Order: sequence, then structure tokens, then C-alpha cells
Amino acid sequence: MTDQVMTTAAPSKPKREVIYRHKLATRITHWINVFCISLLLMSGFTILNAHPRLYWGQYGANADQPLFAINSYQRDGQWIGVTQIGPLAFETTGVLGASEMDGHMVPRGIPAWLTLPSYRDLATGRRWHFFLAWLFVTNGLVYLVFGFANGHIKRDIAPTKGELEPKHLWSDIVAHAKLHIPRGEESKRYNTLQKVAYIGVIFLILPMMILTGLSMSPGFDSAAPWLPQLFGGRQSARTIHFITANLIVLFVAVHLFEVFLVGAWNEIRSMITGYYEVKPEKTK
Amino acid sequence: MRRRLLIPSRRSILAAGAVTLGGSLLAGCDRLSRAPEFRDFIGHEQDVTKAVQRSILAAQPLAHEFRPDQMSPIFKVNGARQPIDPNYQRMLASGFADYQLVVDGMVAQPLRLSLRDLWDMPSRAQITRHDCVEGWSAIGKWTGVPLKEILLRAQLNAGARFIMFYCADDLSTIGDDPGLYYESIDLFDAFHPQTILAYSMNDRPLEQGHGAPLRLRVERQLGYKQAKFIMRIEAVSSFANIRGGKGGYWPDRGYEWYAGI
Repeated sequence: MTDQVMTTAAPSKPKREVIYRHKLATRITHWINVFCISLLLMSGFTILNAHPRLYWGQYGANADQPLFAINSYQRDGQWIGVTQIGPLAFETTGVLGASEMDGHMVPRGIPAWLTLPSYRDLATGRRWHFFLAWLFVTNGLVYLVFGFANGHIKRDIAPTKGELEPKHLWSDIVAHAKLHIPRGEESKRYNTLQKVAYIGVIFLILPMMILTGLSMSPGFDSAAPWLPQLFGGRQSARTIHFITANLIVLFVAVHLFEVFLVGAWNEIRSMITGYYEVKPEKTK
Repeated sequence: MRRRLLIPSRRSILAAGAVTLGGSLLAGCDRLSRAPEFRDFIGHEQDVTKAVQRSILAAQPLAHEFRPDQMSPIFKVNGARQPIDPNYQRMLASGFADYQLVVDGMVAQPLRLSLRDLWDMPSRAQITRHDCVEGWSAIGKWTGVPLKEILLRAQLNAGARFIMFYCADDLSTIGDDPGLYYESIDLFDAFHPQTILAYSMNDRPLEQGHGAPLRLRVERQLGYKQAKFIMRIEAVSSFANIRGGKGGYWPDRGYEWYAGI
């Protein structure tokens, strides 16, 4: 967000201000990220469907107690889905455990419309997943190199000391709760919660995703046996991989909500062309 | 630079566009997933993974070995539980008294090894984690002959690059595509100290479900590489002309030959 300000003054209307908000590297890596994360999630669901049970610890298979499981049963010849979280069980027929495919109810962890490929094919899901994982990691490194080199991360994303003070944080939380829409000078910078969310995703959630993913690799584990141990074992790492994937979905949901709240066209355009129209301050 | 902004219909165009784009992307992804050229293209992930893992495994570190109290109470039986081959069932009934492991191909000294021969060779025991491609893991104790010992005795020819494992189980009873199980590894894994031909599991003779009389343990790869019911080992320079040409039963069916992840 460089302050390359372009203003056009019309005599009767308020000033219209357009700033150059996102550099080319940010925009390109953002959209590659959208592509990778969506398809990584969907191909990840294909892999989960091969064994939709999550455990804690070093091992875990059918005879062991799961933390989370999507089960499929037949009742009167009809498939039903039952999702189990710890000691709780819910019937989730139609979505988890049993869902429609080509007009028939079939036993299936995650429904076809959320998986890549939509049909049951673990081998192809794995190819997609690992292909995209390499693309995602490369893209992330490019983002970090540019982000540190051009000052984007330090200038735009790192919260300042003052922003992290409880009083300021609280006022930012209140502003978010009231769905306050930033205008004028305020809208030229990321707000504090936004910065914290971006920092958390870029430097915590996404690296966790990669590390827990690597923990599931028997090859990588031989080179770095400490890695799965860090998460409490391979099966714990697999469970955390699933939890962090859900945190990313949560982040994206909030991110999209904010984009639509503030103005989808302007926001999306700024991530494509780089230019962002600043909403004028309210005149009293 | 003057910019015209906010034409009213933009939001609806955006929403409709997103839905249409999303739907056609998903249909497109399925079409791509079925196209052989595209499958080959994304399949190159395997080459990258293998190159990276081989570089970090160059010093041949051991896979993590666990304590006895960390073992799975029940080790899941997977793949073929009971080979239908009558010859196999006859050997099983007689406690594999007349079983002989055939070692041939690009070797100076072809071998035929009985179970007793294998028991008399140097052995290694290891408590390791078995990771299935489906996602589950089980920890068990394996005892057997390091493959290296057998290969040294058979003396590999200079051109040998892969070790093939031919098995007694025919998965035609499970899959839609008939075929005897087989697998292969390269010499990088074949000479690793933890790569063993196990005849014992959890301090008991290997059970039928786990691959009696002999199964491969190649600890740095996934479960489908751990061939069970091994009848014959062959040293080859290439597996391009063997069965499906991809070096294994599951690799012939779309799975990666290098199963390090």
C-alpha cells in the first residue's frame, strides 16, 4: 500500500481518491494462493475420504478409538451418515457419511461436490494434492521473498506497538462487532485485527499446514524424526492438519464476508489491478 | 488517471460470475482428472518429492523405532487376507516346510532359500510405524533378514537397478482389475539397514493376514510398498516391460511408484 495518491476533483462532488494498494507480486501470489488452497482443500477431502477417522497419538486405525469419525451405516437398505466428535454422535445423512452421487445415496465421508475429483479416486486425489502442495509452497516462498524485500510485510502487515495495546485492540474489536466500514485515511491501512489475522495465517496456520503435512510422510519423517513427535505423533499431526485446514476455511469465510461488507467490487478490483478507491469521509 | 466506478449491476454480475465459474471449474477438474496427459503432468509431483526426499535422506538415516509399549494393540490386516492360490494354501497348511524364496534376474548367483536358510542368516528386529496410503498408521515389531544380506549373497550384476518382489496374492477377488500383487524398490532403499524380509511379527511367526511366510519392510515408504506373501525376488535394470510397466500392482493403477509421502 504505497501512498501514490491520485485525486480527481470535481467541483460539486466530493473528491474521488484512488490509491495503488497492492503490488504486482502480492496480486499474483494472492490468486495463485486462491487456486491452490481451494483445490488443496478439495483434494484433501478426497484423501480424508479414504479413511475418514482422525486419532490422537503415534498410531490409529480401525480398531483404535478415534477423536473424530464419519461413519456410514445401512438402515433398512438405505445409507445413513453418522458423524462422531469425541463421545458425541450426530446423524449427518445427506452431507457427511452418506450423500447423493448420480441420484443415489452412497456411503461417503465428504460429499462429491466438495472433493477433487468428485468421484472416489484416492490415487488422483493424491496427485492433485501433492502437485498443488509444491505449487503452494513455491508461491508462498515467492510471496515471502517479495514481501520482505519490498517492505510489504513490515509496512502493511506487521502491527505497530501501539496497535497491540489492549485499549486499541478492544476498540478495534468493537469496531468489527459494529461492522464499522473504514473510510478516508483509515481505509488506506489494514486495521489491527486484519493484521493479526494475516500474520496468524501467513506465519502460523499455513506453516502448520505444511509441517503437519510433512509429518505424515514416512520418507520425510526418517530425515526428521522429531517433526511428528512435535505434534504428538503422526496421527496427531494428521488431526492437526485437518483442524488447521478448517481454520483456513474459517479465515477465508471471514475474509470474504469483510470483502463483501466493505465493497466487493472495489476490493476484488484492487487485488486484480492494484487500484483501490478510498471511500470519502462522511460529511456532517 | 480517471476511473469510473460503481455501475449498479456490478455486484450481481460478480455473484453470477462466481457461481458459473465455480461450477464449470469443478466439471473441468473432473475432466482433467480423467485425461491421461494431464494425469501424467500433475504426476510429476512424484519426481519432485522423490528428488527432494532422496537428497535429505542421502545419509541413509533410520526410520524412527518405537518402544514396545508404543505398539498398536491390534495391527490392522490390509490388502489380501488369504491368497486364493491353491499352491500357496498347500504350503501354508504344511507350515511352509517346502517354501523356497527364489532370487534371480541380474545376479551372478541365483538362490533358492528355504525358511530355515532365511532364519540362519543375520537378522534385524525393528518396531516401526506402518503408514497406509489411506491415512491410518499401526506400530508393530518386525524381525527378518536384511535384504542387503540376500543381495550380497546373490551378487548383483552391474546393470541391476531395481529389485522386484513377486507375491502369491491375487487381488482380483478385491479389485475390479485382476492381477497378482507385485512391487519394486530401487537399490537406494534395497540396501538400507531397515529394509528387511520379515518372517516374524510381534515376536511370533508372520500370520497369513500379514503376509506369511515373508513380507517386505521398506520403512521409509507407505504400506502398499510392503509386499506380502513374497515368492520370488528378481533384480532388473528396468520394470518398463513388466506387467503394467509402473513397477507395482498399485502403481499400475495410478498410485505413485515412489511412496515416500
